[in-house]
Amino acid sequence: MTTPEKSESTVTTVINEELRSFIGVDSNPVTYEIERHAVERFACAVGDPNPLYTDEIAARKSAYGGLIAPPTFLRSLLPGAYPKPYPEPFAHILDGGSKYRFRVPVRVGDRITVTRKIVDLFEKQGRLGTMLFKISEISYVNQLGQAAATQTTTTITYGTGEKDPGVDGH
Amino acid sequence: MTATNPSAHSGNSRGGDGVITGVQVPALWFEDVAVGDDLPELVKEPDTRQLVMYAGASQDFVPIHYDQNIAQAAGHPTVIIHGALKSAWLAELVTGWIGPTGRLLELDVSYRGIDFPEGTMTCGGKVTETKVEHGVGLVELEIGLRNPEGMVTTPGRALVALPTKTVFS
Repeated sequence: MTTPEKSESTVTTVINEELRSFIGVDSNPVTYEIERHAVERFACAVGDPNPLYTDEIAARKSAYGGLIAPPTFLRSLLPGAYPKPYPEPFAHILDGGSKYRFRVPVRVGDRITVTRKIVDLFEKQGRLGTMLFKISEISYVNQLGQAAATQTTTTITYGTGEKDPGVDGH
Repeated sequence: MTATNPSAHSGNSRGGDGVITGVQVPALWFEDVAVGDDLPELVKEPDTRQLVMYAGASQDFVPIHYDQNIAQAAGHPTVIIHGALKSAWLAELVTGWIGPTGRLLELDVSYRGIDFPEGTMTCGGKVTETKVEHGVGLVELEIGLRNPEGMVTTPGRALVALPTKTVFS
C-alpha cells in the first residue's frame, strides 16, 4: 500500500489507511471494581508505604475519608480490545512514557470504566529502523460518571520477526 | 492527628462511629514551598523479585521484564525494569512529599533510558514554579529517576495542589 505523503528521508511507511482508520475509535469499555487487596498488592509491589493505600484507619481519618488507590494503580486496569483487531505491523514494543491527569481520587470500592483510543500515529527513523509511535488516550470514569483520570501513553513498535507476547494488546 | 479547624478540608465525613474523618492538619503548606526547593530523594533498590511482583500487580506480562533469555536475546545484560514501575516511584516521590493533604494533579514521565534491577535508583525533584489559581496553591515540579551512574534515564514533571494558609486561618 502506498501513501501520498512523502518526506525526504522516509522510503516506506507502515501507516496505511487501515491503521489510520483506528484513530479516534474507542476500545470496548471494561469496568473494574477497585478491590482493597489489588490496591494493597500494587502498593506493596511498588514499595510505597503510604498509609492511604493500605491502612484503613489512617485513611479514614485523612481528608480522603477512606482508602484510595496509588496514582499509577490505574495502569493495572487494562483497556479492552478495539471493535476490530488492531493490525500491529511490528514485532517489538517499547513504552515511551505516560502523561497522567488526575481529577477525582480513585477509591477502594469504586467501579472504574476504562476506555482507550488512539489519538495519533507517526513514524520515525532511528537506530532500530522504522519506528511506529502510537499515542493513545485512556480514560477512567467512575461509577458516578466522573472523569477520574486520563493517561496518555506513547507506545513505540519496531522490527520484524516473531512478535513479542503482548505486542498486539497495546 | 485531627485538625483543630473542621472547615479546613471539605472532605467527606463518613463518621458516625466516633472516627473523625475528613479533617487533617496539612503536612506541607503552599506557603512553605519556594522555587528551587529540592524534594527529599527517594531511593529504590529493585531486584528481580520486585519486577515479578510488579508484573503481577500491574498485569504487565511483557516477558522482557522477567525472562532472562528473552532480555538477553534483545541485547540486554538482564531483564529490564518496567517503565511504569519507574513512574510509580516518581509518583511515590511526589505524593510522599506533599502528604495526605496535597493532591497530585498531573504526572508526566518519559522513558529515555533502560534500567536494570540490582542497582540503586534515585528519584529526585525540584520546585520550578509556584502560583495561586482560584484560591488553590499550585506547585510545578521537575522530577526524574537517576540510574546508578547518576544519569537521568527517566525525566518528568508533576503539578500538585497544596493547601494554603489563607484558607485555613
